[in-house]
Amino acid sequence: MDFIFLADFNVIKPNIGLIFWTTVIFGIFWFMMSKYAFKPIAKALSDREAFIKDSLEEANNAREEMAKLKSQNEEILAQARVEQAKILKEAKEAKDTIIKDAKVKAKEEANKIVTSARQEIDNQKMAAMLEVKNKAGLMALEIAEKVIRKELVGNSEQESFANSLVNEIKLN
Amino acid sequence: MKWTSLLLIISLLFSFNTVQAEGDGEFDAAATAFHHIDDANVFSIGPWSIPLPCILKSDDGWNVFSSGKFHIHGHGNGTMAIDGYVLNGGQVMKIKDSSFPKGEVQLLAETASHDDVHHFYHHKKVDGKTKYSIDFQGKHYDLDVKSTLDGGFLGGGITSFHDFSITKNVISMILMSLLLFFLFRSIAKSYARREGQAPSGIQSLIEPIFLFIQEDVSKPFLGHKWQKFQPFLMCLFFFILALNLFGQIPFFGGANVTGSLSVTMVLALFAFFVTNLNGNGHYWEHVFWMPGIPAWVKLILTPVEIMGVLMKPLILMLRLFANITAGHIVITIFVSLIFIFGKSGDLPGAAYGASIGSIILGLFMMAIELLVAFIQAFVFTILTASYIGAATEESHH
Repeated sequence: MDFIFLADFNVIKPNIGLIFWTTVIFGIFWFMMSKYAFKPIAKALSDREAFIKDSLEEANNAREEMAKLKSQNEEILAQARVEQAKILKEAKEAKDTIIKDAKVKAKEEANKIVTSARQEIDNQKMAAMLEVKNKAGLMALEIAEKVIRKELVGNSEQESFANSLVNEIKLN
Repeated sequence: MKWTSLLLIISLLFSFNTVQAEGDGEFDAAATAFHHIDDANVFSIGPWSIPLPCILKSDDGWNVFSSGKFHIHGHGNGTMAIDGYVLNGGQVMKIKDSSFPKGEVQLLAETASHDDVHHFYHHKKVDGKTKYSIDFQGKHYDLDVKSTLDGGFLGGGITSFHDFSITKNVISMILMSLLLFFLFRSIAKSYARREGQAPSGIQSLIEPIFLFIQEDVSKPFLGHKWQKFQPFLMCLFFFILALNLFGQIPFFGGANVTGSLSVTMVLALFAFFVTNLNGNGHYWEHVFWMPGIPAWVKLILTPVEIMGVLMKPLILMLRLFANITAGHIVITIFVSLIFIFGKSGDLPGAAYGASIGSIILGLFMMAIELLVAFIQAFVFTILTASYIGAATEESHH
C-alpha cells in the first residue's frame, strides 16, 4: 500500500535528523525553561497572589476596625450630647432659682430699708417738731415778756411794738 | 497589516522571477506548495540564501560542512558538488554513482545564469515519484534524496545517506528556543526585581497568557499536582506558539517547523512519555482491567483502551501537523493562482488581475493563520494536560 500521491509531500515523512534535533532542542528547552523561567515566574506570581490576598484581608480588617472605632466615637459623642443637655438644663434651673431668690431677698431688703427710712423720717420729724415747739414757746415767752414790758408804756406804742415784733418773727 | 500586505506584494514580484524560471511546462501548484513547506539546508531571507551547517552520514562516513560550500545560486541551487553531495532546490542530495569524484567539484561556471543553474538539475516523475538527476561532463547521474523513516509507504525510505544537518527547521527551533529563553529569563528577573509590584513592559504582555495557561489549563486539569507538570505544559505551549508564528513571517525562512511530522511526532512522544510514566495504578487498572464490568466485556474493552493510549499522541501529532501544513499550503496555493491564471507569465494581464484576488485571499488566510497558531498551540497543551490529568487522577472509590 503506497501513498504515491504523497511522494513529494516531504513534510509528512519522518526524518531521523529532524527527530534527533527536535528531541535534543526540546529536551534542553524544557530543562532550562523549567529551571530558570517558568518555576520562578509561577512562584513569583503565587507569592504576589498571596501578598495581594493578605493585603486585601488587612485592608478589610482595618476597615472593620475603623468602622468599630467610628461607631464607638459616635456613641461617646451621643453620650456627651446628652450630658451637655443635662448640664445646660441644670444650669438654667440653677440660674432661675438664684434669680428668684435674689429678687425675693432684694425685695425684703428694700422693704427693710424703706421701713427704717420711714422710721428715721418720723423720728426726725418728731425731733424737728419738738424743736419748733420749743422755739415757738420760747418766742412766745419772749414776745409775751416784751409785750408785757411795753404795755406798761402806752397802748399805741404797744401795738406798733407788737407788730414790729411779729415782723421780726420770721420762721427763718 | 500594512507591512504584511506590502511584503506580500513584494513576494509576488519575486515569485514571478523564480516561477517564470521554472516554467518549461505547465505550472505545478502542488509541487510549488510542497517545495515551499519543505525543510531546507539553506535559510532564505527574501532573495538571499543563508548557508547552514550540513551534517551528513553515508556509508562513506560523516561529512560536516557549510552549505555555503555548494556556492548557492538563487532558489537554493548549488554550483559545486562536495564529496558527492549536491544542493538542489535547497535540499542536499547525493549522487548515487560512487565513481563520481570526491572532494569539491565545480559543476557549473560561477558566472552561469539562474536559468542555467536551474535547468542543470533535472526532475521527472517515475511511477508518481519524482526522480532527480544531473548531466555532468556528458554523463548522466541519478541523485538520491535524504533517508526518511516512512518505510517507503509515503514514497520515501532509506536511501544512501542520512541528513543530520542543522536545517532551516532546526535553526528555527534553536532561534525560537533562545528567544523564548531570554524573554522569559528577563521576565523572571523582572518578577524578582519588582517583587510584589504590578507587572510592567513585556511582563504585562506575557503575564495574561501565562496566567491563562496556568488558571485555565494547569489547575483545572491537574488538580493539586499542577505545579509538577506546569513547566512542561508551558514549554509545549510557548514552543509551539513561537514556531507557529515564526513560520508566518513572510520572507524570513517561512519555516514550516510545526508543520513537519518529525517535529510534532517528537512533541507528541514527549507528551506520551510524560503522561504514561506518571500514570498511577488507578490509571493502568482502568486501561488493562476496567473495574466494575463483566469479564467478557473487559476482553473487548482492554484492547480498545490500549489503542486509546496510543491514539492520543498520534492524534496530537497529526492535528498540529495537519493544521499548520494546511495553512502554509493554502497561502502558497493562493499565490500560485496568479501563475495558474497568468499561464506562468504568458498572460501578464490575467496574472496582475488574479494577484488582486490572491492578495485579498492571502491576507485573509494569514489573519486566520495567526488565530490558528494560537488555537493549535492551546489545543495541543490543553489535550496534553487532560491526558496527564487523567493518568494522575486519584481514585474516587
